[in-house]
Amino acid sequence: MVVRVQKDSFDAGQVLNEFSSSASGSGAVVSFTGIVRNVAGGLKHMEIEHYPAMTQAAIEAIEAQAVSRWELDGCLVIHRFGKLVPGEQIMMVLTAARHRAAAFEAAEYLMDYLKSRAPFWKKEVTESGAQWVEARSQDEEALRRW
Amino acid sequence: MQVLYFAWVRERIGLPKECVESDAKTVSELVEELRSRGERYALAFADTSALRVAVDQELTSFDAPLDNAREVAFFPPMTGG
Repeated sequence: MVVRVQKDSFDAGQVLNEFSSSASGSGAVVSFTGIVRNVAGGLKHMEIEHYPAMTQAAIEAIEAQAVSRWELDGCLVIHRFGKLVPGEQIMMVLTAARHRAAAFEAAEYLMDYLKSRAPFWKKEVTESGAQWVEARSQDEEALRRW
Repeated sequence: MQVLYFAWVRERIGLPKECVESDAKTVSELVEELRSRGERYALAFADTSALRVAVDQELTSFDAPLDNAREVAFFPPMTGG
């Protein structure tokens, strides 16, 4: 179980390779990479604010839930903060398990909880101004299936 | 205690954190005290259903007690991922 909260970018391919080799006994590795997409009106950049004293522990608690529910062999979450431009990677979730169903489900669980329970806030900066991204009701509803 | 503000709550209030002397027993009582500090606070705390709160870095509710809390943070619903 590893959590990395960082400003710097990362090499998703290298992260996946290292994670896979450390999970060599597992039959399934799932990786998800979140990328800054463009928005209507043209996104200049995105600013991600977080709560440094809480972020690491909040994500570790989410990971601990996932590990206990799906008996994961490994789990890694990377989440960036600061200024990001379209096309840049925001975050990555990796899971390793004996079988694929557990790896996929745990990765989805982690994503759903990271969206609504990890203390990050996104602000989109376009030509016409800056605006905080609002949480969507679907994101909160997504937690109910777990 | 230290009171922290994030995202648009920070922008509306105009500062990221401050030291607050308070005898508030619950988060809601603290919110009432903060509202009385002026227009910026009243605006930021106008609708607490649009806000989330963490006491000592743990998400909690506005009914939560504040006994010996060292840090209270107010922010909008999180948008991670």
